Amino acid sequence: MPKVSKKDVEYVAKLARLRLSETEKKAHAEQLNKILGYMDKLNQLDTSNIKPTSHVVEMQNVFREDVAKPSIPVDSALQNAPDKKDNFFRVPKVIDA
Amino acid sequence: MNYETVIGLEVHVQLSTKTKIFCGCSTNFGASPNTQTCPVCLGLPGVLPVLNKEVVQCAIKTALATNCKVVEKCIFHRKNYFYPDLPKGYQISQYDIPVGENGWIQIEIDEKAKKIRITRVHMEEDAGKLIHSENSRSRVDLNRAGVPLLEIVSDPDINSPAEAYQYLVSLKQILEYLEISDCNMEEGSLRCDANISLRPVGETKLGTKTELKNMNSFKGVQKALEYEIVRQKNLLGKGEKIIQETLLWNANLNRTESMRSKEDAHDYRYFPEPDLVNIIIDEEWMSKTRRSLPELPQARRGRLKNEYGLSDYDVEVLTIDKNVADYFEECSKYFPNCKMIANWITGDVLAVLKDKKININNLNVSPEQLGGLLDLIENGTVSGKIAKDVFLDMVCTGQDAKQIVSGKGLVQLSDEGELVSIIDKIIKQNPKPVSDFRAGKQKALGFLVGQIMRETKGKANPQLVNKMLREKLS
Repeated sequence: MPKVSKKDVEYVAKLARLRLSETEKKAHAEQLNKILGYMDKLNQLDTSNIKPTSHVVEMQNVFREDVAKPSIPVDSALQNAPDKKDNFFRVPKVIDA
Repeated sequence: MNYETVIGLEVHVQLSTKTKIFCGCSTNFGASPNTQTCPVCLGLPGVLPVLNKEVVQCAIKTALATNCKVVEKCIFHRKNYFYPDLPKGYQISQYDIPVGENGWIQIEIDEKAKKIRITRVHMEEDAGKLIHSENSRSRVDLNRAGVPLLEIVSDPDINSPAEAYQYLVSLKQILEYLEISDCNMEEGSLRCDANISLRPVGETKLGTKTELKNMNSFKGVQKALEYEIVRQKNLLGKGEKIIQETLLWNANLNRTESMRSKEDAHDYRYFPEPDLVNIIIDEEWMSKTRRSLPELPQARRGRLKNEYGLSDYDVEVLTIDKNVADYFEECSKYFPNCKMIANWITGDVLAVLKDKKININNLNVSPEQLGGLLDLIENGTVSGKIAKDVFLDMVCTGQDAKQIVSGKGLVQLSDEGELVSIIDKIIKQNPKPVSDFRAGKQKALGFLVGQIMRETKGKANPQLVNKMLREKLS
């Protein structure tokens, strides 16, 4: 019994705003099931004495001082925007605000 | 049926750091749209966030000041959702390991102290601002995207709209004392959402809650909650179910409104933010921060009462704004009568601040100068009444009280020889009130004193005039 159904794929695709064809849905379901299957294999390891990893890099407390740096020019900021007006980005009307 | 109200509040406070939480863009309010952005806060590919240390510092301070346990190790999570004000498609926030948890603050309600527990204090980034001025398009300004926020969540310990109001006032006071935010609701640097549910008195299980948003003042929060209690009571009374949903407060119509959006159950798919490393808050950092905490409102109220012998009312009013309490204490170095200072600050000084809509730090009259004015009252140079005008002059000109008093010839007339001739003249001009007073009408004396004050343009020493007049007429 596969863990990931077609319905799950459709749900995740919707959350990610992806439009998938039927063939893609099938392919993704297969791949996701393979990934989860691998997780099951990893789960066979005894990790009861190991602390959860929250980060793979052995670094901590990487900070920046609270000192302002120049921002980029507004023209550059808006350069890739499909729609803009008066130095604002423009998007289709968002109803609930 | 009698219902108990259960309220939990979620406060977002914008930190007044110079720069954003993950990049060096300025956080100045009111800049022209999209001028305070960079590849990091615009969410362009290939960039990395770097945490502003000051944000962590502010978060630790807030956690300590709200009696939270500060965690030794905390991390950021990604909260994934799509909205045009969120350029990355996720908000960097904290999830299961917030910087502080299990705290409390104390509020005063009906002159009784009540503890409201704090569930958590966590750091996150703000989203951009949407402007809906056009008909078919929304405009996006990303200057605010990435401005640091603290989210402070209370337990459902609040049982009335009035308590909610008090909680917000107390929390805001603490944040102001910590000097981590300007807490300006109009500029959106302090925002509050409320969760509210009702349950039959005696029931321990929580009822279905609604979430209220869009309140832009503390009074607005209180009004929205009052409205929502009535709405929920009516529904429950009719045997209907409360729908768990987000409601928007409409301040113009004084009611809550359903957002009517397709209620897609939120699925934020939180996961640890791989672009940021662990934050370790060791004992040294924590105790250093603890030592740097200012005296907090509750402690200060107690000390002002004991140290200066002030009333509960005075202490309450003086400590609402930390700067006002500072002003009071500074003033007491120059003038010994603390009760009199308190009266002046809670009266004339606060009235001027309110009238001019300014902060006490921008007042043209220094604590030393106010002390100088009070000195002139105390030693009889000016009357209390004239002093009020002198004070307003000081506010406008920034001059010392002495300068104004001598420059305008406002020195109080306390010379008996000079007063006697004026008193005689007024007695002569007003035979009716004089006989009235002699016949026992105390009010008539007030009239005569008033005439003398008028004759001397308010400069006569009222106590002295009163005394001399009584002697003359007896």
